[in-house]
Amino acid sequence: MEYIPNILFAIILVLGIGYFARNVKRLIRNIKLGREVDTSDNTSERWRNMIRIALGQSKMVKRPVAGILHIIVYIGFVIINIEVLEIIIDGIFGTHRIGLTVLPESVYGFLIGAFEVLAVLVLLAVIVFWTRRNVVKLKRFLSAEMTGWPKNDGNIILYFEVVLMCLFLVMNATDTTFQEANSGNIISQFIAPWFGDNADTLVIIERTAWWLHIIGILIFLNYLYFSKHLHILLAFPNTYYGSVEPKGKFNNLEAVTNEVKLMMDPNADPFAAAPEGTEEEEPAKFGASDVMDLNRVQLLSAYTCTECGRCTSACPANLTGKKLSPRKIMMDTRDRLEEVGKNIDANGGEFKDDGKQLLGDYITNEELWACTTCNACVEECPVSINPLSIILDMRRYLVMEQSAAPMELNNMMTNIENNGAPWPYNQMDRLNWAKEE
Amino acid sequence: MSEQLNVPTMEQYMAEGKQPEILFWVGSAGSYDDRAKKITKAFVKILNKANVDFAVLGAEESNTGDVAKRAGNEFLFQMQAMMNIEVLNAYEVKRIVTCDPHSFNCLKNEYPSLGGNYDVIHHTQFIKELMSSGRLSTEGQTYKGKRITFHDPCYLGRANNEYDAPRDVLKTTNATLTEMKRHKSTALCCGAGGAQMFKEPEKGDMDINVLRTKDALETKPDIIATGCPYCNTMMSDGVKFNEKEGEIQVLDIAELIANDQ
Repeated sequence: MEYIPNILFAIILVLGIGYFARNVKRLIRNIKLGREVDTSDNTSERWRNMIRIALGQSKMVKRPVAGILHIIVYIGFVIINIEVLEIIIDGIFGTHRIGLTVLPESVYGFLIGAFEVLAVLVLLAVIVFWTRRNVVKLKRFLSAEMTGWPKNDGNIILYFEVVLMCLFLVMNATDTTFQEANSGNIISQFIAPWFGDNADTLVIIERTAWWLHIIGILIFLNYLYFSKHLHILLAFPNTYYGSVEPKGKFNNLEAVTNEVKLMMDPNADPFAAAPEGTEEEEPAKFGASDVMDLNRVQLLSAYTCTECGRCTSACPANLTGKKLSPRKIMMDTRDRLEEVGKNIDANGGEFKDDGKQLLGDYITNEELWACTTCNACVEECPVSINPLSIILDMRRYLVMEQSAAPMELNNMMTNIENNGAPWPYNQMDRLNWAKEE
Repeated sequence: MSEQLNVPTMEQYMAEGKQPEILFWVGSAGSYDDRAKKITKAFVKILNKANVDFAVLGAEESNTGDVAKRAGNEFLFQMQAMMNIEVLNAYEVKRIVTCDPHSFNCLKNEYPSLGGNYDVIHHTQFIKELMSSGRLSTEGQTYKGKRITFHDPCYLGRANNEYDAPRDVLKTTNATLTEMKRHKSTALCCGAGGAQMFKEPEKGDMDINVLRTKDALETKPDIIATGCPYCNTMMSDGVKFNEKEGEIQVLDIAELIANDQ
């Protein structure tokens, strides 16, 4: 009978981690629905970006209030999780505060003391975050796309953090051995008196807090997949795979290059049979109308986006009341990708056409045409997401597959085709300015 | 501009069996747009003044395809790019300068993988270079004490991380440089990029250039300096919208430097 808690603990742990692993597999499968993209270049720069931007949070502090508070929560989250290691060992082996046995008391006290201080700082930061979202009503948290689930999601994450931090402090405060050792209970010593001195009650409270704490962590872990909070994990790969090119450089479509070369080659025979082995290839689709046409980095980014809205708050189109919101582009991409993923799960691993696509059902032409390609959204993103690349790929589909550009743009492009300028001027007059007064 | 401009073409250089020091890529706006042509001429005036051995392609130049690419027409872009690359490579062009950040970005970043490899610089970078090598200087009188605020073009700033050259060049005029609240990497677009220049904006509650001009007006400038023909048009329109065209000039850096000789 005495092993029941250990067994129970092991079962909960395996279930919690197992379910999460299952969703991670699903996430990877969904990302792989996208086109392959070569990211094998610039390895050292990519590592540097990851260390600087994700680990070092370098872009967060561009907005100091949110940035510094975020760093507190981030450091708190990472460091306090060392404590989880002890909980897991204790849980499996039935020990109590194994750290006190294996570490010198001063070291253990220092660690737990640091955790307690961080826990309080995290609590304070989270309260400020909650206030910013719900009381101060920052504009970027009130956009059209931030109603319903995205709004609730933001708050649920904050409540989770409050509960977990409180449980951690209560657990320490009601642990009589730990309080008696009087090392590292920097914060919890002040909370301890609230719970009285009945030994039996204290044990019950301590055990309850301990169990709820670890169960809470496992629930939170599994909540990630359904939440914008995935960024705590995906920020790392996303900053690694993010672009290492100048922001102004848009990719040249290789499929187009091949066709243009063929068109410009005077010796090419347009009716020639395709070279051996390439016959079965489907003609390339230009641009993107659905998530499968996007590349894997773009899909990873959709899962990475934590909906902070810095992109949208810097977008000139959005600032002037247009429908375009770069954040919504990322949210739509993820929602559609999830929909496609569920479709595949429901149809035995095969996607069944559902008559829907990213273009039109999620993202409208109006949004796409409002973009000035100014890169403000790309510059703002603290985790190297590029909403602009998705907008461009969808414009490519509209123009090259559907000829659905706004009329004025079609006129402009016809002019370029005919006379090498966006306006209807004769190319032979290109140097006239030099002769004009 | 009463003085005669000297604008040799690559064809002329070729006929003489010579190579210029640099090719001046005029761009479509700089060739045809009335306002932008003034910028082109001001820049040529600078090139002449500094005795730069340059040439233009003239009628052999065609649109870079930049705007088509950003509108989503990759076909048209690559057709234009390959035609231009053929011409540029035939003339064995090594170095290109342009007053248009869109052409600058496109030639510099998007032509190489299609076979066009050149050292491409923006005119503000070239002016800075001419100044630091002692080939060009300003009087420092014309704009002394005037308040100038510089509007970063997206395709020079964020797109290619060049924030200093235009500012360094402006400093030589002894003007008082002020910064808008959104500047350098956080600068707001003028509203023309991504092919917006050629279409009506989507429905909203304000035009982007009006918002950006508001940023500029907050600095109480005498002059709004630009480094892009499209920004110039957008900011000029914004100033007119605010009925400030009597008090505030919108000038390209090339014009400011050419006027301060």
